[in-house]
Amino acid sequence: MLIPCPHCGLRDLAEFTYVGDATRNRPILDAPEGDWADYLYLRTNPMGRHAEHWQHTAGCRSVLTVRRDTVTHEIFGATMAGTQA
Amino acid sequence: MSGYRLDQGGTGIDRSRPLRFTFDGRRFDGYEGDTLASALMAEGVDVLARSFKYHRPRGIVSAGSEEPSALVTLRDGARSEPNAKAPMIPLWDGLVASGQNAWPSLRFDAMAVNGLAGPLFGAGFYYKTFMGGPRGTWTKFFEPIIRRAAGMGKASLAPDPDRYETAHLHCDVLVIGAGPAGLAAARAAAGTGARVVIADEGERFGGHLLSDAGEIEGQPSAAFAAAAQADLAALPWVTALPRTTVYGHYDGQFAAVERVADHVAAPGRAPRQRHWLIRPLQIVLAAGATERPIVFPGNDRPGVMLAEAARTYATRWGVAPGRRVVVFTTHDGAYRTVRDLHAAGVGIAAVIDARPQVSAEACAVVAATGARHKTGATVCATRGRSRLTGITLTGGLRIDCDTLAVSGGWMPNLHLTSQGGGKPVWSEDQASFLPGTLPDRWQIAGSVGGLGALTETFAQGAEAGIRAAAACDFDAAPAEPTLARDDLVPTDPLPLWRVPGKGKAFVDLQHDVTADDVMLAQREGFEAVEHLKRYTTLGMAADQGKTSNLNGLALMAEARGIPVPQAGTTRYRPPYTPVALGALAGAETGAHLAPVRRTPMHDWHAAHGALWVAAGQWMRPRAYLRDGETIRDAYIREARAVRAGVGIVDVSPLGKIEVAGPDAAEFLNRVYVNGFARLPVGRARYGIMLREDGIVLDDGTTWRLEEHRFLMTTTTANAGRVLTHLEVLLATAWPDLRVRLTSVTEQWAGMAVAGPKSRDVLAGLIADVDFATHTLPFMGIARGTLGGVPVTVARLSFSGELAYEVFCGAHHGAGVWAAIMAAGEAHGIVPYGTEALGALRIEKGHISGAELDGRTTVHDLGFAGFASTKKAYVGSAMMHRPALTDGARPRLVGLRSRSGAPIRPGAHLVGSDGRPQGHVTSTTFSPELDAEIALALLRNGPDRMGEHLDAAYPLKDESVPVEVVSPHFVDPEGDRLRA
Amino acid sequence: MRHSVFSLVANALTGNARWPRQWRAATPKPAYDAIVVGGGGHGLTTAYYLAKEHGLTNIAVVEKGWIGGGNVGRNTTIIRSNYMLPENSRFYELGMKLWEEMSQELNYNVMFSQRGVINLAHTSAQMDAFARRGNAMRLEGIDAELMTREEVAARLPGLDVSDRARFPIVGGMIQPRAGTARHDAVAWGYARAADKLGVDILENCGVTGFIRDGDRIVGVETTRGAIRAPKVGVAVAGHTSELMRLAGLDRLPIESHVLQAFVSEPLKPLIDTVVTFGAGHLYISQSDKGGLVFGGDIDGYNSYAQRGNMPVIRHVAAEAVSMFPNLARLRLLRHWGGVMDMSMDGSPIIDVGPVPGLYLNAGWCYGGFKATPASGFCFAHTIARDEPHALNAAFRLDRFAAGRTLDEKGIGPSPQLH
Repeated sequence: MLIPCPHCGLRDLAEFTYVGDATRNRPILDAPEGDWADYLYLRTNPMGRHAEHWQHTAGCRSVLTVRRDTVTHEIFGATMAGTQA
Repeated sequence: MSGYRLDQGGTGIDRSRPLRFTFDGRRFDGYEGDTLASALMAEGVDVLARSFKYHRPRGIVSAGSEEPSALVTLRDGARSEPNAKAPMIPLWDGLVASGQNAWPSLRFDAMAVNGLAGPLFGAGFYYKTFMGGPRGTWTKFFEPIIRRAAGMGKASLAPDPDRYETAHLHCDVLVIGAGPAGLAAARAAAGTGARVVIADEGERFGGHLLSDAGEIEGQPSAAFAAAAQADLAALPWVTALPRTTVYGHYDGQFAAVERVADHVAAPGRAPRQRHWLIRPLQIVLAAGATERPIVFPGNDRPGVMLAEAARTYATRWGVAPGRRVVVFTTHDGAYRTVRDLHAAGVGIAAVIDARPQVSAEACAVVAATGARHKTGATVCATRGRSRLTGITLTGGLRIDCDTLAVSGGWMPNLHLTSQGGGKPVWSEDQASFLPGTLPDRWQIAGSVGGLGALTETFAQGAEAGIRAAAACDFDAAPAEPTLARDDLVPTDPLPLWRVPGKGKAFVDLQHDVTADDVMLAQREGFEAVEHLKRYTTLGMAADQGKTSNLNGLALMAEARGIPVPQAGTTRYRPPYTPVALGALAGAETGAHLAPVRRTPMHDWHAAHGALWVAAGQWMRPRAYLRDGETIRDAYIREARAVRAGVGIVDVSPLGKIEVAGPDAAEFLNRVYVNGFARLPVGRARYGIMLREDGIVLDDGTTWRLEEHRFLMTTTTANAGRVLTHLEVLLATAWPDLRVRLTSVTEQWAGMAVAGPKSRDVLAGLIADVDFATHTLPFMGIARGTLGGVPVTVARLSFSGELAYEVFCGAHHGAGVWAAIMAAGEAHGIVPYGTEALGALRIEKGHISGAELDGRTTVHDLGFAGFASTKKAYVGSAMMHRPALTDGARPRLVGLRSRSGAPIRPGAHLVGSDGRPQGHVTSTTFSPELDAEIALALLRNGPDRMGEHLDAAYPLKDESVPVEVVSPHFVDPEGDRLRA
Repeated sequence: MRHSVFSLVANALTGNARWPRQWRAATPKPAYDAIVVGGGGHGLTTAYYLAKEHGLTNIAVVEKGWIGGGNVGRNTTIIRSNYMLPENSRFYELGMKLWEEMSQELNYNVMFSQRGVINLAHTSAQMDAFARRGNAMRLEGIDAELMTREEVAARLPGLDVSDRARFPIVGGMIQPRAGTARHDAVAWGYARAADKLGVDILENCGVTGFIRDGDRIVGVETTRGAIRAPKVGVAVAGHTSELMRLAGLDRLPIESHVLQAFVSEPLKPLIDTVVTFGAGHLYISQSDKGGLVFGGDIDGYNSYAQRGNMPVIRHVAAEAVSMFPNLARLRLLRHWGGVMDMSMDGSPIIDVGPVPGLYLNAGWCYGGFKATPASGFCFAHTIARDEPHALNAAFRLDRFAAGRTLDEKGIGPSPQLH
């Protein structure tokens, strides 16, 4: 897998660390327990297209939102996390 | 004794350079360019190996990496290599190899009695017996027998003396295979200027051109191949890699092993092998095809081999496989073997063709040899003990012969397209699978896409090379055709999978899987191809089923009465051929498995008796041993010195993160349970941070150096995890916060100077800092200089004594340390290690790694009141769940040994009923209390002060009576650290 | 036909022509008393125990492909009960006891080899952590012993116990009763035994939907037609999320990740135990056929591909060669991946619901193989009695939100790190 880091260009999988599912809606800090439980413990876990956070740990350390297929491992693009794709 | 060296011929050997070698203790001769297989065949050695289950004698079957049979142990001692394939071993002078899986010898193997009881050892027999006897009979009795009988080669126990290298390549076009198609593709692509990598598993490029006696463009085939290899290697934008197997495809990346020095006795300064990771834009797969044997009774006898291999031994290595050869085929291609063996002077006894009708061209070849030509005929039995002496045709005709060259057709080498996601499709005409729809960016050329004439193969290769280059935006004109002799093209074979008859007919020669085993598997319901493989072990041996998988599949289809493709295809798993673990590991093994992290003061510690302890990747002094001291003596002495006078400890491995920016204070306020928004500049604060699920993640002090600049410290163990935790929060949850995080662990050297005399040591030493309590109170920070070196002093205490942490630039660490030691000498300063550090903090009741085990909460650790109720922070929403605040949870307490015996870490606390109620986390002898003490997590702990329990350690049948006490053993009010 | 040395001889004399199918090629009936979705180890054991312990013999196992094709046939075959948290160690110890009886009970040799599992320790802190775990096990009545460096060296010839190692070995812990088994045989043995009790094993029968009656699940739609049953158990670890989506559950505390496994060429006996590296993540054992079997960490990103990637492959090789420097010349023969249900705390889920009529067995992370018999035993109880057995009472789905997680590693809800 090659991930297109917006800062560093196409870089190998070995430079990145998977962070987690980027499709979840993060509650605000004082949101009710139930919202947090949903966020922390439940995943859609799709077979196919997915959006995920990865960190370029052996590069610029940016946290990216990567769109990827969980079956073919094809990567469709990456943006800085926290920005609109 | 049937094979022999021909008087002439052999495009691949140099008869002017004789070599000597040893096989199984006997000395032999060969030539430069031989393989171990060709040289042994030339010397008339028939039995090279014994099979897996029945220990039947096995000879040479193939001339390549598909070899199922001739497996030997190469070299000896620390370099010995079991299960090496004889046709893939280039000969060198002094080569040593030996037989394996035989006792006492290859020629007489006592285990061959297994063969007599053959039907008893049918597929899956071991699932049906050995269940009796008392418990443990399998593990102690039957299993060791089975294990000793199985297993093929023997591994050395000595470390491998050779080294391995890893390297990366990026290219426009990767050409896999350097036979005619691959060579043509590489030449065409390279001609456009594209960066080309071409790799082939053979010792030299050429593939089947090396066994062809014909001419190409006026040159002998082998010479043409050599010239093409040289031309390619001369181009600066081409990387030509012979002896290199591209073994796997991993999401766009190809992995290959180059056997850099496997063709010489020892690598010298070179690596033995080099592991390549290759990233091409386009791929031309020209991996060729593998000849398929036919399954018939007695088909495993030494002397039965593949037809193209028989030809190759004669043409490439000048070796006759025997004196009376019979060829058994289902297509025209094998007539090349008839023609070339006859031309080399090898006696052809007969040609058996399963097809009723054979082309005139093929008939003419046989007629020229004078051999008998039987069409519509099949071989149904063989004779001979350790070498073939004759065969019987269906119908009863017996023919004497010492060699049977067999070809049932060809199977394309689809491994890589299959790994890349391609779905093979069945070709009824060619009776084999073809690549089918290719994955993006792939081209195929040559026999991997089905067999054709050589001229056509060259053309396919050139077209594929040009297509690939064009896809990378290189322009090229169509290549000139390469003209070759195109007779005896392998025609579509008659699908012949099995000849019925009496006796064992082998499908998988290495694992001894017979046609009957396949039938038995079907009868018992193991019909799915994966069930077949797993139940019979078909195709699971070191040859990975290259010559057996398709036959096994076809036999299953026959047994089920369905067409072959309906029986399925097995998935090709990497690697294409087995890969040395050393090559995969590369250089990052042994001492280089991970970096060693040393603090700036490492050399000082080493020079002063440090006994080291690993803390993750860090090396830290555990204690500084003086003559005659045990560790316990040393840490007690060191800890006493701190309480009574002054000590110094290296705290450089603490994780350090600079948190900077206008919103840094707000950020810290959100990640710590306690408030940080109003921390004044020049002050530090202890903080606890939680995971989002409300469990404690880490603790440490954070220092406000400037209005918008903080230095956060973390535990050594969690430094990486905390940084990631904060970075992810900042990026995903609060991208609007103006904060930058930088790991500065290695930029700062840190040392803690602790003890009632610490102020006396530092006050005279550090300029520009007023150490008076009112100017530098507990948790105060000041900046000064020490001998001109800028230092930051923070009045913090892990030990509970008056103490200061002195931080400076890492490169000044050793100097600052030495200066403090010099200044402290008059005060009796003592360096202390992690053991004393631990003793002091346990006395004080400070939590550390064993208490922060990823399951504890602030309630468990006695910090419930410490957490802010006025703000929301990471984890605050989840930390109050009833299950996390239940008083009955294991919670922090102190323990004091009632017997004076040490409390062991890892002990569990049990009451009179013997049931565990908690566990001991940290233990020490307390010099201050002159007692064995501990910290522990105990159910309802804080409510059980004074209770007597046992610290049970059943692993050593030990139990120490303890009293539950407060975890704050020393100075609970904190008077000392505020002194 | 009963398996024994006598039946082997008798059949050998008749050309092995009389061995019957080990399980019938059953045809789906329109309705059963219960359906188990998933013909893997857990599904087959569940069916077996439903029939044997609870008298439910009119049941079917519904399998999309061929039985045993998932993780029961893709793992590194290690069996142990050396857990620290009592909820886990008690459950896996039930498994261990069932393993000890399995070959005889099933009349099928699953080659359970109690050769011991050794965990190596590289620091004294790690020895303390092992002591905590080992003492916890002993207090639960489970076998565990600490080993010195010398004892480890004597048991594992070729192991680098020198101080030259990057992470020198200081000792270890062994569970002597732990070991390995022939993974495929477990699936086949339970299939054969369940079949004998009347269970229909329906291969090539993929579930395409659930049949509902109001809120209740009352059966499944399959590629071989509709099959109704008042109870439907799901045991399809690796693909739980996708299957449960068909039942209307879009989100579960599970992610699918790939765990790779590796096997070397066959060798004469070299390593006669299971050994795990403590300064990374690697385990090695040797199969009865002679191949060294390796495993390491999961690849660490969501994946349904049954194949892994280079970083983990190379890391596993580097750790193996570092542990045993004599392995460098030995060759890797095959490697592959299995898709794991990684749960949010590293522990499994066996529960009633979450939809009426449905029962869930999932979240095995990479511990599913050793759990096979205990999982089936407890899941069968849960299905038959509509409530968990005491030994899976802690494995319920609501534990995550409630904060009663069973987090052996203390990692928190980051499934890729368990």
